[in-house]
Amino acid sequence: MIAELGHYALVLALGLALIQSAVPLWGVRARDPVLMGVAGPTAIAQFALVALSFAALTWCHVVSDFSLVSVFENSHSAKPLIYKITGVWGNHEGSMLLWVLILSLFGALVALFGNNLPATLRTNALSVQAVIASAFYLFILITSNPFARIDQPPFEGRDLNPILQDPGLAIHPPLLYLGYVGFSITFSFAIAALIEGRIDAAWARWVRPWSLTAWVFLTLGIAMGSYWSYYTLGWGGWWFWDPVENASLMPWLAGTALLHSAAVMEKRNALKLWTLLLAILTFSLSLLGTFLVRSGVLTSVHTFANDPARGVFILAILVIFIGGAFALYAWRVPRLTPGGLFAPISREGALVVNNLLLTTACATVFTGTLYPLLLEAVTGEKISVGPPFFNATFGPLFVPLLILMPFGPLLAWKRGDLYGAAQRLVGAYGLFVIGLAAAFAVESRGPVLAPFGVGLALFVMGGALTDLAERTSLFRIPLSSAFRRAKGLPRSAWGTAMAHFGLGLTLLGIIGETQWGAERIAAIKPGETLSIRHYDVSFDGMVPRQGPNYREFVGKFTVRRVGEVIGTMEPSRRSFPVRGMTRSEAALMTRGASQLYLSLGDTNPDGTTTVRLYHKPLVLLIWIGALVMAAGGVFSLIDRRLRVGAPMPAKNRAMLQPAE
Amino acid sequence: MHSADLVGRKGPSGRQPPASRGRRWVMLAVAILTMQILAAPVKAVQPDEMLSDPSLETRARVLSRSLRCMVCQNQSIDDSDAPLARDLRILVRERLQAGDNDQQVLDFLTARYGEFVLLRPRLAWHTAMLWFAPPTVLLAGALGVLLIARRRRRTLLSGTAPETIELTGNEQARLAELLERRQ
Repeated sequence: MIAELGHYALVLALGLALIQSAVPLWGVRARDPVLMGVAGPTAIAQFALVALSFAALTWCHVVSDFSLVSVFENSHSAKPLIYKITGVWGNHEGSMLLWVLILSLFGALVALFGNNLPATLRTNALSVQAVIASAFYLFILITSNPFARIDQPPFEGRDLNPILQDPGLAIHPPLLYLGYVGFSITFSFAIAALIEGRIDAAWARWVRPWSLTAWVFLTLGIAMGSYWSYYTLGWGGWWFWDPVENASLMPWLAGTALLHSAAVMEKRNALKLWTLLLAILTFSLSLLGTFLVRSGVLTSVHTFANDPARGVFILAILVIFIGGAFALYAWRVPRLTPGGLFAPISREGALVVNNLLLTTACATVFTGTLYPLLLEAVTGEKISVGPPFFNATFGPLFVPLLILMPFGPLLAWKRGDLYGAAQRLVGAYGLFVIGLAAAFAVESRGPVLAPFGVGLALFVMGGALTDLAERTSLFRIPLSSAFRRAKGLPRSAWGTAMAHFGLGLTLLGIIGETQWGAERIAAIKPGETLSIRHYDVSFDGMVPRQGPNYREFVGKFTVRRVGEVIGTMEPSRRSFPVRGMTRSEAALMTRGASQLYLSLGDTNPDGTTTVRLYHKPLVLLIWIGALVMAAGGVFSLIDRRLRVGAPMPAKNRAMLQPAE
Repeated sequence: MHSADLVGRKGPSGRQPPASRGRRWVMLAVAILTMQILAAPVKAVQPDEMLSDPSLETRARVLSRSLRCMVCQNQSIDDSDAPLARDLRILVRERLQAGDNDQQVLDFLTARYGEFVLLRPRLAWHTAMLWFAPPTVLLAGALGVLLIARRRRRTLLSGTAPETIELTGNEQARLAELLERRQ
C-alpha cells in the first residue's frame, strides 16, 4: 500500500510537472499573471510529492518489504538500519529517484526564495526546470520503476553490495547529486534568458547563488567520493580517472569556469554570451554523466546495445535537451548584445585565460572518456585511455593555471598592471623558494620535479594570502585598521582567497602522497614487525568477531615510533555470507596531515598473513583543501550582495540622504 | 623481535619459480575454495610475485600501472585482484628478468593481447584525434579569443558600435522617475 502511494505520488508529480512546463510558459507569452502564478505552487507541490514518493520507498526499505524488486535485490532484514536507509539510493532505481528529488528540490527553492527575480525570468526558468523533471519522471516510471512488485514475494532479500555498506554511501551520492543536479537551475535560467532574448549583468547576479551552491556541493561530493575510495579500496588510491569519476569532474571544471566568467559578467557586463554557453554546457555535462553512469555504456558498448531501454531513453533526453539548448542558443545569439571592452592585461583578461584553460581541461577529460567508446562504435577497435593519458594531458593544462592564479585577483578590472601585480607577489615568491628548499632538504630522494610542486603549492597559497593582505592594506597601515578593513571586506573576497588557498592545499597533498608515499607489502606472522619511515608496526595476531550481517577477522597491530608505542591499528577482513563477498577494512592512523594505512590480504597456508602498509605523507591535505575550497564557496554565498536582491540596501540610502 | 622488511628487498628469498600451468590452476582452486572463509579483496600485488632486485621490481610496478586488467572495469593490473591481473604481473616480471627493456615488455603484451591492454594509448592514426584534442582545443580557443577581441575593438573604433540596449517601457518610466527625483 505504501509502495503504491509512493508510485502514485510520482505519477502525480509527473502530471504537475507537465502542467508547470506548459501553463506558466504560456502565461508569460500572454502576459497573464494568473497563468504565470501557476509555476510557484506547482513547483513546491511537485517537490512535496516526490519527497512523499521518496519517503515511501525509504519506508519499504526500512521495513524490508521484499515484495518490491528494488528492495529484494538490494536489502536484507539483518542489515543495519543506516544501510537500509542509504540502500535506498544504493541502486539504479533509487538513485534516479534521489536525482529527481533533488531536481524538484531546486525548483521548489527557486519558487520559495526567488522573489527578488523578475517574474518572467523566474516563471520561464521554473517551466524549463519542469520540462527536465518531466523527462526524468517519465524515465523512472517507464524504465526504472523502484516500486515494481514481485508476484511471489520472497522471505529474504539479496543484501546490498558489501562495498556500499559504508557511511560513505550516506554522504557521497546526496552531496554529488546536489551538485550535479543543482546546475540544472543555472541551465534553466540560461534557457529562460534565451527565451526572453534579454541578458544583462543582473542575470549573472541572480544566477550566482544557485551556481555557487551547486558548485559547493559538487566539490564536497567529489572530495567525499575520493576519500571513500581511498579508505575502502585497501591500497589508498584516491583518484583513478575512471569514467564515473570523470563524469563528475567534467561538470565541476565547467562549473568552476562558469563561476569565474559569471563574475566578469556581473561586474563588467562582459563575456555574457560565453557565460550563457557555459551555463548550458555545465548541466549538459551533468546529463552526460548521468547517461554514462546509468546506461551501462561504460561496461561495454555491447552490453549497452543488448539492453538498450534505459540507455536509449537517457540518450534521447540528452540529445533533446542539449541539442535543443544549443539550437536555441544559436538562434538567439545574434539578438543578444555583447558587453563591455577590456584590455588584455586586466582582471577580465585573467579570467578569460582561466576559462580557456579550464574548458580545455574539461574538453581533455571529455575526449579521454568518450574517445574509446566512439572508436569502438565506429571501427570496432578497442583501446584503453587510463591514468597515464590523463596525467600527461591534464597536468600540463593545470600547471599554467596554477602559476597564473595568484596574478588574477591582483589585477584591476578593465586595465590591470601586470608589473605591479608581479611586484606585490614578492611574498608568494618567497614561499615558493622556501617550499622548494624545504622539500629538497627534507626529502633529497624522490622525483626531481616534486620539490617544484611543493613550491608551486606554497606559491598558490601565498598568492591567496597576498590578495587578502593587499585588500586590507596589511603591513602598510596600523594593524587595528587593517583588521577593521578585513572585517569590512566583502565576504566574496574572502571566499575567493579561501578557495584559491584550498586549491594550493590540495595540490600540496597530491604532491606529498604521489611523490613521497612509501609502501610495504609483506607476508608476516604474528610477532613480526614491518618498518616504514620512522614507524614500526608489529603484528600481534588475528581475532575473529561477529558483526550484524557479517563475520570478520581483525588483525591487531601495535605502532611504535622510535621504540615508543603511539597506538594500535585494527584492519579487518569482513565476509558477508548473503552475497558470499568479502571486503577489507583498512585501518588508518592520522599523524598530522599524514596517515599510516594498513590493510589485510589473505592468510596463507604457511600461517603468514599478507599485509599492505603505506605511509601517505600529507595525504589529508587533498580533502582538507577541498573542504577549504567549499568553505570559500559558502563564504561567497553569504556575501551581502547575494543575500540582498537590491543593489543598494534601503538602510544605506536613508543614511545617505541627509548629507545632500 | 624478527623484522620482515619489504619482501622485495629482504624477505623470503626472491620469487618462486614460475609455476607450471597445472600447479597454478591448483593454487587458483585452493584460492577459490578458501575464499568463502578467509579471502579478502585486497589481493593486488602479492609478496610472492615481487622480484628480489629492487630496481627491476620498481620498473615492474611502474609498468603494471600502465597496463590494463582486461577483465576488469578500468583497473590497472597493479591494483586489480583478478587472477588474470596476477598472471599479467607475473608475465611482466618474467619479461623483465629475461632482460627486456620497458618498451619491449609493452610491445610483447600488445602483440599478445592487443592495444586494449595499454592504459596510455599509442600515438597512431586512430588515436591522433585523442592525443591532439587538448592542444587543438587550447589553440583554437586562444585564437578565437584573439579574433573576437580584435573584431570587437575594430567595430568599436570605426564607430559602428553595436546598437545600444533598448530599455523597456517600464525601465524608461523608472529612469525618468529617478532622474526627476534627483533634480
